[in-house]
Amino acid sequence: MALINPKKREVQVKIVYYGPGRGGKTTNLEYINRKFKKRILNEMVTVKTYGDRTLFFDFLPFDIGEIKGHSIKIQLYTVPGQVKYNATRRLVLRGVDGIVFVADSMDLRREMNIRSLQNLKENLETFNKNIFNIPLVMQYNKRDLADEGIPILSEEILQKDLNSRLNAPYFPASAIRGDNVAATMKKIIALTVSSLRKKLQ
Amino acid sequence: MDFTIDFTKEQIESIEDVLQQELIDLGVQSVILMDLAGNVIVNLDNGHANHDVFSLAALAAGNYGAVSAMANIIGEQEFSLLFHKGEKESIHFSKVVEDLLLLTIFNRDVSLGFLRLKVAEAIKRIQTLI
Repeated sequence: MALINPKKREVQVKIVYYGPGRGGKTTNLEYINRKFKKRILNEMVTVKTYGDRTLFFDFLPFDIGEIKGHSIKIQLYTVPGQVKYNATRRLVLRGVDGIVFVADSMDLRREMNIRSLQNLKENLETFNKNIFNIPLVMQYNKRDLADEGIPILSEEILQKDLNSRLNAPYFPASAIRGDNVAATMKKIIALTVSSLRKKLQ
Repeated sequence: MDFTIDFTKEQIESIEDVLQQELIDLGVQSVILMDLAGNVIVNLDNGHANHDVFSLAALAAGNYGAVSAMANIIGEQEFSLLFHKGEKESIHFSKVVEDLLLLTIFNRDVSLGFLRLKVAEAIKRIQTLI
């Protein structure tokens, strides 16, 4: 749940990028950090292991202006995707307002996507949250791999595997090229902020 | 359990008064009252601190969670107090109530013992306000 400070008229909104390991969550945030550099006052925080994998999380805060007289501070987080870091993923999900699920389009990763989405559902349940009720956007990342002849899953298969019941908005994307990275982020911000509007009356 | 306390403007002002009197006036650099989701609830400083408080709070929430998991492994519920000592600046973390942490950043001009005493007093006063 977002934190509203009635004195400063400020709202802090927490958006988490979730998904299987090496799926491109950090790459999404790195692209946003470069692309929107002017609006981002602080450095992106990232806690990595030696192998350059996310150990803890990445964190990128920025302001998106005012809504109903409140300044909105968006805080983007990623979780570590590797299976063994589930305790950390749960920690990062605490107080989440909106989620981007970054799926890996590679053929070989089909099972990992499904498992990671199931893991998200279970972790949300530990906070009494339901995946069907939280603002959620699907991103089918790494579409660019098709150009290199690497087999990728069709959008239809990804939709069927991951989104047939959730019916969340979805974007085919390439985080490394920046395709649809901003669109994904704008969509999740719009969904999350609109769910807060009532509270800001 | 996952919750964020909703604070009124009056509550925030009262908490700010406590933190100012107990800690900033004592000579600490800055104080952050935050929740375990990493949200900053109140931030006060002595006018000379220029820390990135939002990143600090995000990392502090993660750090606190990690250390609590360590506590569980050795059979403790949690470590309710943490302290990181630097050459010039140090950080003191203390739990206020379930889900709320108080971070105090201070330099060598403030003794740790006195700081701990004042943090405990501030926390006691804040608990009556929420």
